[in-house]
Amino acid sequence: MLEFILAAIRAAIPAGTPLLYGTLGEVYAERSGVLNLGVEGMMIMGAVSGFAVAQTTGSAGLGILAAAVVGGLLALIHAFASITLRVNQVVSGLALTMLGLGMSGMIGKRFVGQPLAARLQPIYIPGLSDLPILGELLFKFDIMVYISILLVPVLWFVLYKTRLGVTLRSVGENPSAADALGVDVTFVRYAAVIFGGMMAGIGGSYLSISYAPAWIEGMTAGAGWIVVALTIFAIWDPARALLGAYLFGGVRVLQFRLQPLGISPNLLNMLPFLLTILVLWLSSGQAARRHIGAPAALMTAYSREER
Amino acid sequence: MKLPRIRIEKRLSSPRWLPAASLLVSLALAMLSIAIIFAALGVDPLVAFQRIFRGGFGSVYGLQETITKTIPLILAGVGLTLAFKGRMYNIGAEGQLLIGAIFATGVSRLFPDWPAFLLLPAMFLGGFVGGALWAAIPAVLKTRFRVDEVLTSLMLVYVANEAVKFLVYGPWRGSDTRGFPITDEFPAAAHIPTLLGTRIHYPTLLLAILLAILIYLLLTRTKLGYEIRVTGENPDASRYAGMDYQKIALLVMIISGGLAGLAGMGEVAGIHFRLRPPEAISPGYGFTAIIVAWLARLNPLAAILTAFLLGGLLVGGDAIQIALNLPAATVQIFNGVILLFVIASELFNQYKLRLEV
Repeated sequence: MLEFILAAIRAAIPAGTPLLYGTLGEVYAERSGVLNLGVEGMMIMGAVSGFAVAQTTGSAGLGILAAAVVGGLLALIHAFASITLRVNQVVSGLALTMLGLGMSGMIGKRFVGQPLAARLQPIYIPGLSDLPILGELLFKFDIMVYISILLVPVLWFVLYKTRLGVTLRSVGENPSAADALGVDVTFVRYAAVIFGGMMAGIGGSYLSISYAPAWIEGMTAGAGWIVVALTIFAIWDPARALLGAYLFGGVRVLQFRLQPLGISPNLLNMLPFLLTILVLWLSSGQAARRHIGAPAALMTAYSREER
Repeated sequence: MKLPRIRIEKRLSSPRWLPAASLLVSLALAMLSIAIIFAALGVDPLVAFQRIFRGGFGSVYGLQETITKTIPLILAGVGLTLAFKGRMYNIGAEGQLLIGAIFATGVSRLFPDWPAFLLLPAMFLGGFVGGALWAAIPAVLKTRFRVDEVLTSLMLVYVANEAVKFLVYGPWRGSDTRGFPITDEFPAAAHIPTLLGTRIHYPTLLLAILLAILIYLLLTRTKLGYEIRVTGENPDASRYAGMDYQKIALLVMIISGGLAGLAGMGEVAGIHFRLRPPEAISPGYGFTAIIVAWLARLNPLAAILTAFLLGGLLVGGDAIQIALNLPAATVQIFNGVILLFVIASELFNQYKLRLEV
C-alpha cells in the first residue's frame, strides 16, 4: 500500500507540473485584472514549438525557451486586444485558443510520431537522491519540476512582499487609484499578461519535452482550461496553485491506475473535468464565506476618460 | 524614451454605414492575416483560399454540403445569439449538441416501433431536452452559486464527448457493426427525410429558420426579449427595475442549449442514422456557432447568413485538408482569426483610435 501511494505521488508531481506553470502565470495575469482564456492555445503552441525547436536543435533548453517566446507572443495579441482595444476578454481569449489549436496542428504535422531525441533527464543529486523513500519520492525529477516548485515561493514573495507585487495587485483591484498614484496601468497589465503567456508556453513544452515526450495533436487536451479553473481554486495565490496542480496531477495518475480494474476509460477521462466543476463550485462557496474573491477589476478594461 | 500610445476616444455620433463597413474591413483584414499565417507555415494562401472557396461554394455538390453543414450552425448559432444577448457566456454548445444527439438516439431506442410522425417529433423533443438539461447545469451553478459559466459549460463539453464515446464503445455498440464503435442503424421511421439525392435534411433546415425568426421576434417584439436585452447590457439596472435575473439567465441558457441539442438530433437522424463517436457527429459545430453568433452581431436573422458562410468554410476546410494534406485543426485558424477581428471591429463602431507619439 505504501508502495502504491509513493508511486502515485511520484507520478502526480510531473503530471501536475504543466498545470503549475500555467496556473502561476495565470494568477499573475488575473491579478493585474486581465482574464486570459487563451491559456489552452498558448500551452498547445508552447508544446509544439518547444518540441519542434528541441528536436531540430537537439537542445531541450532551447525548446523551452522557444515555447516561452511563442506563448508570450500569443499573449501579446491578447494584451493588445483586451487592454488597448478593450474588446471582450472572454471572446478574445477564446479566439486565441482556437488560433493556437489550429496553428499547432499545422506546425506539428511533420513531427507526429517522432520520438524526442533531446528529452530532459532526471537530475541526480548526490546524497539526496540516494535517500531511502525520500530520495525516490522527491529527488529524482528533471530540472523543470524543481524550477516550478522554486517559482512558487518566489512568485508568492514578489506578489505579497515587494513593491512590484503591491503595484500589480493595485492595478487589478483599483486601476484608477493606481493610475492616480503614477502607476502605468497599461504597462503593468501588458507585462503580467505576457508573463502569463510565457508560463503557459513553458507548461505546454513540459508536456512535449519531458512528460510525453512527443508531439501529439491536441495533446494539452483541456489542460489550459483546467489552469483557468485552478486559478480560481487557488484564490489567486501562488502557494495554493501548487496544491491544486498536484491534486489534478494526482487525478491523472488515478485515471491510469483505475483502468486495469475494468472501469471504462471514457468514464475515467471525465474525472478531471467533473472534478474541475466540483472545485469551482466549492471555491465559489468558500470565497463567499471568507469575503475574498477575484481581483475587483478582473475583466474590466481601464480607460482614464471613463473612470 | 516614450512609447507610442494608441488612445481610444468615444465617438459622439456614428454614420449609419459604419457597422457594415467595419465588419467588411475586419473580414478583409482577417483574411489577410490568415494568408500571412498560411504563408509563414509554408502553405500557398492563394491556392488554399481558392480551394476553400471552390470546395464550399464553387459547385452544386459543394453548395449542397454547405447547406447541410449550415443546418446545425443555424440552430446552435441562433441559440447562442440569445444566450450572449443575455450575457450568459455559453461556450459549451458543442457538449449540448452531443447530449442532444444522445437523447435523440435514446428516444429512437425506446420507441423503435413508433411511426415516423410520432417518433421524429419525439426525437426532436428529446434532443431539445438533452441539450437544455446540459446547459441548465452551468446556468444553475451560475445563478445559485455564482460559479463562472464559461468554465463549467466548457468542461461539460469534454464530459459530453466522453459520454458519447462511452455509449458507442460500450452499452450502445451495435450488434452488426463489424467492430466499429457505432450503434445499430436507427429504424426507418427515425430517419429525417432528405432532399432527393442530397444530405440536406430539409425539415431540420426549415425548423432552424423558423426558430431563428421566432427568437428574433422574441428579442425585438416581446417584454421578455426587452428584459433579456436590458439584463445583458446592464445587469444592475435590470435588477433595480425588478427583473428576475435568475429566471432570465436560466431561460436563455435552456433555450440555447435546447437549440444546440436539436442540432445534435439533426445530425444523428438526418445524416448518420446512428450514434457515432463525437468527432464523427460534429467537427466542432458548437464552437463554430460562437463565431456564427458574433459575426451576426448577435442578430438571430443575420445568423442564418453567417451560418451559411461558416458552413461553406467548413466544407472548404475539408477540401484543403485532403488536397493540401493539412490536419483537421487547420480550420480553427480561420475561426480564431475571424473571431478576433470581428470583436475588434465592434469597437470601431463606438470608438475612434488615435496614435499618440
